[in-house]
Amino acid sequence: MDKKINLPITEEISQDLHIGDFCFLTGEMYVARDAAHKRLMELIAEGKELPVDLKGATVYYMGPSPAREGRPIGSAGPTTSSRMDFAAPTLLDMGLKAMVGKGKRTPEVLDAVVRNKATYFAAIGGAGALLSERIKESEIVCYEDLGTEAIRRIRVEDFPVVVVADCHGGNLYESAVKEYKRSANSH
Amino acid sequence: MREINVKEITSAIKEMCITVNHDLSDDMKDALKKARETEVSPVGQKVLSQLEENLVIAKEKTIPICQDTGMAVVFLEVGQEVHFTGGAIEEAINEGVRQGYVEGYLRKSVVGDPIERVNTKDNTPAVIHYSIVPGEKVKITLAPKGFGSENMSRIFMLKPAQGIEGVKEAIRTAVSDAGPNACPPMVVGVGVGGTFEKAALLAKQALTDPVGLKTEKPAWACALEEEMLSEINGSGIGPAGLGGSTTALSVNVRSFATHIAGLPVAVNICCHVNRHTSKVL
Ligand code: SF4
Repeated sequence: MDKKINLPITEEISQDLHIGDFCFLTGEMYVARDAAHKRLMELIAEGKELPVDLKGATVYYMGPSPAREGRPIGSAGPTTSSRMDFAAPTLLDMGLKAMVGKGKRTPEVLDAVVRNKATYFAAIGGAGALLSERIKESEIVCYEDLGTEAIRRIRVEDFPVVVVADCHGGNLYESAVKEYKRSANSH
Repeated sequence: MREINVKEITSAIKEMCITVNHDLSDDMKDALKKARETEVSPVGQKVLSQLEENLVIAKEKTIPICQDTGMAVVFLEVGQEVHFTGGAIEEAINEGVRQGYVEGYLRKSVVGDPIERVNTKDNTPAVIHYSIVPGEKVKITLAPKGFGSENMSRIFMLKPAQGIEGVKEAIRTAVSDAGPNACPPMVVGVGVGGTFEKAALLAKQALTDPVGLKTEKPAWACALEEEMLSEINGSGIGPAGLGGSTTALSVNVRSFATHIAGLPVAVNICCHVNRHTSKVL
């Protein structure tokens, strides 16, 4: 089912989302990947304040290519989420409500999604040009020294994603693959 | 003897870096189109049409097809009658990559040291494979490699007795572990034989073969490609891993002689953004 969603994602919105829903997100989200997550976790370990406001936030696991003149951002498709699994449960427990990436997550992350009534979306990997066009603004929040891995705030319009793990415990990567698996004796 | 100034190599590589990241080869585009027509899952069809639309946008608006514009892998086949002038060939290749990635607004994804991990900011160095061939031409093949799929690649040192069944199991294992991480539909490069490093190199080279190439390979390799493609597409993984009948666009096998005691098999997974281009100077 196609759904238009205005960010931020709330508990109510999360409860209304189910695996397989195609959603078009409009609003603000953070962009962060490996190195930025490492720094955030270090700050948390030291008990320091974070440079981002996690309450109700959506994070997009992405490292863009450079923007050409007149554009907010370059190519901007998702990176593999599993590399952020070490940080995701902590961030979810601290208020993060949605993640956008690609690929499977650990059971710990999926449990944290359910526990916090959050949602894990997939954007289509390798569709960086198409996704770039749905990003209307982009600014660096911090960690500019990390280049493509800096934390950004972006504003998206009708950004296409699919619910792959919902707060009801659904996991599309598991269920859809089973559905389309050709049985061993049919070929 | 033919003299070639290495500046020609630099400018060819620069241009190739930019074009290959904005436009896929026709065989890849055709394979995607065919996949969309045969995909059984409605979600899968949606994904595949997004991927085709993405290719159109990338080319028309000069936005890289994927933000991971890869680590540059260069195959340089040098005719033995060629003499390079004007500088060191390796530096000339890296200069081409540098200019292409900086001036072409491509992402710089290379860190100078695997442990210290400081970005080199110009996507150099490239990974370069040289070979010497007869003649007086130089063939450059550039294949930037994204790491979502590179990370899912595997090498297996099988026993000879495991034979073709062992090779199939190796491919199955790598593909099913890759799943959605490798941005399916994938292209699967398989290297069979040689030594540890030769198998990996064959697998990488196989990714630069056109989809469906059936010449210059043994009959078992052609049969293996077809059987495994069909089996992988029955795995259910589907486009973007969201379920469906298109998990791979092609399985490309290359093979080489090997030792009496071994059967190396390398599986180099690539995503649907299988970028490669060649130029002969
Ligand atoms: S695996 Fe390929 S399509 Fe996916 S993000 Fe990496 S380069 Fe892009």
